[in-house]
Amino acid sequence: MSHNLLDLMVAAKDFEALRVIKNVRFGIDSGEIVSLVGPSGCGKSTLLRIIAGLDTSYRGDVRIKDEPPHLHSRDVGLIFQEPRLLPWLTVAENVAFELGRKGRHDPYVTQLLAEVGLGDFATAYPKQLSGGMAQRVAIARGLFTQPSLLLLDEPFSAVDAFTRRRLQDLLLSVAGHHGTTLLLVTHDVNEAVYLSDRVIVLADRPGRISGQVIVDARRPRDRRNPQLAKREAEVLTLLNDGTNQFFDLSYHLAAAPPRWQAIRLSSLNFAI
Amino acid sequence: MSEVSVPASGAIAASSRLDRGGLIRRTEGLLVPAALVIAWEAVVRGGWVSSHLLPPPSELVTTLADLAGNGTLLEHIGISSLRVLIGFLIGAGLAVVVGAAVGLSRRTEALLDPTFQALRAIPSLAWVPLLLLWLGIDEAPKITLITIGAFFPVYLNFVAGIQKVDRKLVEVGGIYGLTGYRLIARIFLPAALPNLFTGLRTGLSLSWMFLVAAELIAASRGLGYLLTDGRETGRADLVLVAIVVLALLGKISDSLLRWLEDRLLGWRDAFDSRPS
Ligand SMILES: Nc1ncnc2c1ncn2[C@@H]1O[C@H](COP(=O)(O)OP(=O)(O)OP(=O)(O)O)[C@@H](O)[C@H]1O
Ligand SMILES: [Mg+2]
Repeated sequence: MSHNLLDLMVAAKDFEALRVIKNVRFGIDSGEIVSLVGPSGCGKSTLLRIIAGLDTSYRGDVRIKDEPPHLHSRDVGLIFQEPRLLPWLTVAENVAFELGRKGRHDPYVTQLLAEVGLGDFATAYPKQLSGGMAQRVAIARGLFTQPSLLLLDEPFSAVDAFTRRRLQDLLLSVAGHHGTTLLLVTHDVNEAVYLSDRVIVLADRPGRISGQVIVDARRPRDRRNPQLAKREAEVLTLLNDGTNQFFDLSYHLAAAPPRWQAIRLSSLNFAI
Repeated sequence: MSEVSVPASGAIAASSRLDRGGLIRRTEGLLVPAALVIAWEAVVRGGWVSSHLLPPPSELVTTLADLAGNGTLLEHIGISSLRVLIGFLIGAGLAVVVGAAVGLSRRTEALLDPTFQALRAIPSLAWVPLLLLWLGIDEAPKITLITIGAFFPVYLNFVAGIQKVDRKLVEVGGIYGLTGYRLIARIFLPAALPNLFTGLRTGLSLSWMFLVAAELIAASRGLGYLLTDGRETGRADLVLVAIVVLALLGKISDSLLRWLEDRLLGWRDAFDSRPS
C-alpha cells in the first residue's frame, strides 16, 4: 500500500539499550486526519519527532512526499507536547514566528488569536500566560504556518473541556480550509474518534501498532452520533488488548448500559 | 471571550504601587551612608582622629568644589571615562565575536577555548610590566589593560549562555526552517542575552578597576593620577575625593547598563520582582 503524503516504516528505534519502537508501519494520504493513541511512553512523541526530522537515529524508512524527512522543510509543522514559546517574543510575534518580527501585524495573527480566545494578549509575553493559554498560543503558531502536514502532540491536554471542544472545531475548520493533513497524538479517545478519519492504536514495550479503527462518520460530525461511540469502544478494546498492566475495563464496558458507559469511558480516558 | 478582559486597570494600579515601593526602598538605601557620614564628621570634629589623615566630609566638599571650579576634575573624569569607554567597547566587542564563534562551534571551541582559559589564569595585573615594556607609557598600554579586563567576563558568560540555550527552543527554530546565521540571530542570541548582560556588567566594573591600576602606575591625567598625586603630596582629601568620584562613575555606568538590560530583557520571568 502506498500513501501519497507520508509513508512510515520504523523497524527499530532505541534509546541506549531500550527499544522504544519496533516495526511500526503506517501511511497517510493527503488531506487525511489521523490520530495516534496509546499508553504513556509507547513512543508517540518519538514517532512525531522522527517524521518532523528532529530524530534521525532509527532503523527504517520514512518518506514524506517521497523524500526522507528533513528538519528544515516547510512541508511539516509540529505543535510540541509543551508550548515551547520563545520567551523573548510577544504572543503575536510567537504566532507569526515564521515571518519574523514584521509578522506580528499580520491580520491572520489577530484572527487566530481571537479564535483561540487570546485576542487581548497579542502584546503580552509568555511569562504572563497560564499553561493553557500558552498552549493555545502554540496551537495558533502551528496553524499560522499552514504546512501540508501538521503534527500535533497532545495539543489540547492543558485546556478546559469547553475550550477543548472549541479548539477541536477550530482545528477541523482551519485544516479543512487549507487542505492540511493532520497527524494528532492524544490520550483522549473521544477526541481521537471525533476528529479523525482513522485512529491508529499503539501498544507499549516496545511501541508497536496494535490495530487501527476507521471512523467513517460523515462530516461535519455530531458529537452525539452513536456511530462515534461505537468506534470509541473499538479503540478502547484495542488499547486494552495492548496494555495488560491497566485494569481491563472493556469487559464491563460491553456489558454496561450506555449511561454507565459514558462515565467509565471518561475515567478510562484519564487512566491511559 | 469573557475570560480575557480583566487586567488593564488593575495592572496600572499595581505598577504605581510598586513605583512608590521602589522610591521607599531607594531612600531606605540612603539611611546607612547618611548615618556614616554624620558619624565620620563627628569623629573628626571631636578630635578622635586627625583631620590630616581622615579629612571630614565637609572638607571633602570644599576640595571637590575647588577641583570642579578650576576645571581639573572634569578633565580627570573625562579622560578616565574615555579610557574606560574605549577599552570596554573593544574588549566587549571582541569577546562577543570570539564568544559567539566558540559557543556556536565545537571546532572553534576546541581550537580557541583552551588558550583563553590559560590566558585567563594569568592575574591580569601581571600584564602591566609587559604592556609598559611593549607599548610605552602612552594611552595604548592603559587601553589594552582595560580591554583585557573587560574581555574575559564577557567572553566566559557569553559562551556559557550560548552553550546553555534550551535544546527545545533550538528545535523550534529547526521546525521553522531556520539554519545558520538566521538560527543564531533568532534563537541563540536572544536566548543568550541575559548571560551576555551579566558578562557586560562584570566586564564594566572590571574595566574601572583596571583603569585605576593603569593610571596609578603611569599617568599624568585621570582619576588614578589624582590618587597618586594625593598620596605623594600627602593630601588625603584628594585621595578620598577621587575614590568617591570613581565610585559614582562606576555606579552611574552600571546603572546605564542595567537600564538597557531592563529594557531589552523585560521578557524574563525572573525572581527579581519580589515584594518588599
Ligand atoms: N531523549 C530520550 N532519552 C532516553 N529515552 C527517551 C528519550 N525520549 C524518550 N525516551 C523514552 O522513549 C519512550 C517513548 O517516549 P515518548 O516521549 O515517545 O512517549 P509518548 O508515547 O509520547 O508518551 P506520553 O504519552 O507520555 O507523552 C519512553 O519510554 C521514554 O522513556
Ligand atoms: Mg509524548
